[in-house]
Amino acid sequence: MLGFDPYDFRMQVKINGEPKDVPDGQTLEGLLRSLSLHDKPCAAEVNRRLVPRRDREGVVLRSGDVVELVTLVGGG
Amino acid sequence: MTTTGSPSIPSGTAFGAAAAATPGLSPLCIAGRSVASRLFVGTGKYASFDLMRRSLEASRCDVVTVAVRRERLFNDRGESLLDHLDLARYTILPNTAGCFSAEDAIRVARLGRELLDQAGNPGASWVKLEVLGDKKTLLPDPVGTLEACRELVADGFSVLVYTSDDPIIAERLKGCGAASVMPAGSPIGSGQGILNPNNIVLCLERLKAGDPTFPVIVDAGVGSASDVASAMELGADGVLLNTAIAHARDPVMMAHAMRRACEAGRQSYLAGRIPKRLYATASSPWEGTISYIPGE
Repeated sequence: MLGFDPYDFRMQVKINGEPKDVPDGQTLEGLLRSLSLHDKPCAAEVNRRLVPRRDREGVVLRSGDVVELVTLVGGG
Repeated sequence: MTTTGSPSIPSGTAFGAAAAATPGLSPLCIAGRSVASRLFVGTGKYASFDLMRRSLEASRCDVVTVAVRRERLFNDRGESLLDHLDLARYTILPNTAGCFSAEDAIRVARLGRELLDQAGNPGASWVKLEVLGDKKTLLPDPVGTLEACRELVADGFSVLVYTSDDPIIAERLKGCGAASVMPAGSPIGSGQGILNPNNIVLCLERLKAGDPTFPVIVDAGVGSASDVASAMELGADGVLLNTAIAHARDPVMMAHAMRRACEAGRQSYLAGRIPKRLYATASSPWEGTISYIPGE
């Protein structure tokens, strides 16, 4: 017994404060696509650093990454 | 009380159809943009997006503030604010509300810029900087605010900075390169109006010394239209408010009143009020009175 499934290539990241399993090698762009946010007004941070939209494809998530996905809401 | 000098009424600065009927109402130049309305309005706390849209319209504002928040990923996302804001019409000013450290405010400012860059809105390089010290009072943390202001200016932002009505910190923020300093009339959302008009005057005096066009906006605390007029009569270049409209019994009517008050206050300031006197001065001539005058 390995104590884990060697064929389950998934890892855990934290998205907006919630733990979530994503496929190994998932890019930030891929994550946004899976959430249907890739073409919505949405800004992304990985580990407290802003990732501009044009760079999302090149950012490969790693286990334990902390992702923030934000948008604009009403405010004063 | 106008201690910042009596500016001449700009002539021939017509903008829009209302200009001829409302002399003196020149546009405000702020962070490299010219805006016709000196009323900046928030988009929070409306009962519905439709009510917000109609209130903004009634206020005739050009600049609206918004907040940056997490996407609601795991429950119903519902409607988006941006579906209800005419991005071609309004300059969107993203705030850093809810931040209690310079570091978080800087992160949120950058996220806001990214969002408005995507939307192609001219407010992309603007930020309404708030670094708060305490959740109960929402008073600014002056040290964190200064730190964040300095860094955001270095990062190319036009920083419109929320601060207390302390004239010393206001001047320090200007020294950091803020595009506008925005002293609070009273605590955010409190509706208490301008609690210390003398401090606002001191802020204006210091911030505009040798630099009369430096924009100073009274931000926060407004409860009613007369508060807006009072701030403008002190010589503020504009007023930023949210709750006073959004939570009025009739937000659309209040938005209209705020617009009028802002214009009236500005004109009253430009026109130059009379000095206050302890005793009366008769408006009708004494000469030619036929009556008995006591003491004469």
